[in-house]
Amino acid sequence: MKTQNHKAWFFVLPVLLLVAFNALIPMMTVVNYSVQETFGNNVFFWEGLRWFEELLNSDRFHAALGRQFLFTGLILLIEVPLGVIIALSMPRKGPWVPVCLVLMALPMLIPWNVVGAMWNIFTLPDIGLLGYLMNTTLGIDYDMTQSPFAAWATIITMDVWHWTSLVVLLSYAGLVSIPDAYYQAAKIDGASPFKVFRYIQLPKMKQVLTIAILLRFMDSFNIYTEVFVLTGGGPGNSTTLLSIDLVKIALGQFDLGPAAAMSLIYFAITLLVSWLFYTLMTKDDAK
Amino acid sequence: MKKRSLIPIIYIAFLMLPIYWLVAMSFKTTNEILAGFSLFPQSFTLENYVTIFTDPTWYWGYINSIIYVSLNTAISLAVALPAAYAFSRYRFLGDKTLFFWLLTNRMAPAAVFALPFFQLYSAVELFDTHIAVALAHCLFNIPLAVWILEGFMSGVPKELDETAYVDGYSFPRFFTTIFLPSIKAGVGVAAFFCFMFSWVELLLAKTLTAVEAKPIAATMTKTASSAGYELGLLAAAGTLTIIPGAIVIYFVRNYIAKGFALGRV
Repeated sequence: MKTQNHKAWFFVLPVLLLVAFNALIPMMTVVNYSVQETFGNNVFFWEGLRWFEELLNSDRFHAALGRQFLFTGLILLIEVPLGVIIALSMPRKGPWVPVCLVLMALPMLIPWNVVGAMWNIFTLPDIGLLGYLMNTTLGIDYDMTQSPFAAWATIITMDVWHWTSLVVLLSYAGLVSIPDAYYQAAKIDGASPFKVFRYIQLPKMKQVLTIAILLRFMDSFNIYTEVFVLTGGGPGNSTTLLSIDLVKIALGQFDLGPAAAMSLIYFAITLLVSWLFYTLMTKDDAK
Repeated sequence: MKKRSLIPIIYIAFLMLPIYWLVAMSFKTTNEILAGFSLFPQSFTLENYVTIFTDPTWYWGYINSIIYVSLNTAISLAVALPAAYAFSRYRFLGDKTLFFWLLTNRMAPAAVFALPFFQLYSAVELFDTHIAVALAHCLFNIPLAVWILEGFMSGVPKELDETAYVDGYSFPRFFTTIFLPSIKAGVGVAAFFCFMFSWVELLLAKTLTAVEAKPIAATMTKTASSAGYELGLLAAAGTLTIIPGAIVIYFVRNYIAKGFALGRV
């Protein structure tokens, strides 16, 4: 049992100070901007909640938010089952396990703009490996800069390439923690592979899967660099996700007020959905 | 059983294809790239790599990145270790709220913070220094490190602490000579994640630097836009950014699976 000790605050203090410095001051700046209008030169006018009202009624924001949810939804639907399947089919022991894990973890350690640039080179219609195969060998018309569908297919494939390994590594960690005795017992009882999955493997993976889903949600909802480098939000606005739109408004048009209001709503949505996921997935544990 | 092992093989092949293409491109001459499609480099060249290793604006990009990533990993671990210990061992006023608040910072979109960070670090006169990027990355790395370490520390029985105190160990001596070695794997996993997220992040690193501490990733984007489209050079620079990551994974390879399961990453 944990003991009550308020002096433990001294241990936490450095973390608190560092994170507060990075989180609270910028957040206050954002809140400050979100209720004002500026034309530069540090002159500000009070605008109240005008930016929030405008934003919540703007079609541009709704469209970007819709695209963001579509992207994150597709990512979770593809990466989570795929990651679990791959983890289940990995050998549990043997010399190949570390090799597999290292190769699988590699995409996660590549800087995000390099990921975007790499996929750009990979998919160029005339000289990229994938682009050349699609257009010349298979005869499928594939050009990311022209077709919104191709652009979407590419950013989804890129993210699956980039992050499925996180789900694999976490699920695999859950799987190897299951003692052999469980499988032997299941064998004696004559349980089918599905039943083994449903009643032995899935419960053991539940905790790590919760973490995997939460991390994948947060990161795909906040994705910026990879998609920006690959498509720049185009063709047209078809892949302008929420963060790309936000940077366009804040740094492109320098509309600080609306950008700040958008930041706050964006952050609030991320928090709310993460909290919902978390409560839903840990509901059974509480009982 | 044989059929099942096909799935990981196909998956790894899929992962390696774009990487192969990047590496292949980096060994091609600009003329060959522009001339059209070729599966293997026809006129193998190291010219792109020579450019990177002889031009200071290129190789300083790598040095800058490595400096701030190492600084960030060191700072994150140094402050997260005592905090994680407090969370795993004691109840104190507001502990749960604080823990949750820390985690919410992991959810903040970097795009939201780009401009305020620029103003904040300019105001404290740290703009364009390595320490600025290292501190800024603490925003998402410290919460993660605390989370991972807390999981590992909770797995160590509390009797270990009590026995050590009874034996007359002071807290610092107990922490460094007994406790830390027993959560070695956790420290490794936490360091791996701090390194990883600091190494791959670009938006904040680019916003907070101009010349002196410019990360390699920013050098690459500048080249892509200014020098027309030097694909070979870009590919070589990209290939080199994969290497530090690969080295780090190699060191923690035995902890990856075990570490994930032990801690509640």
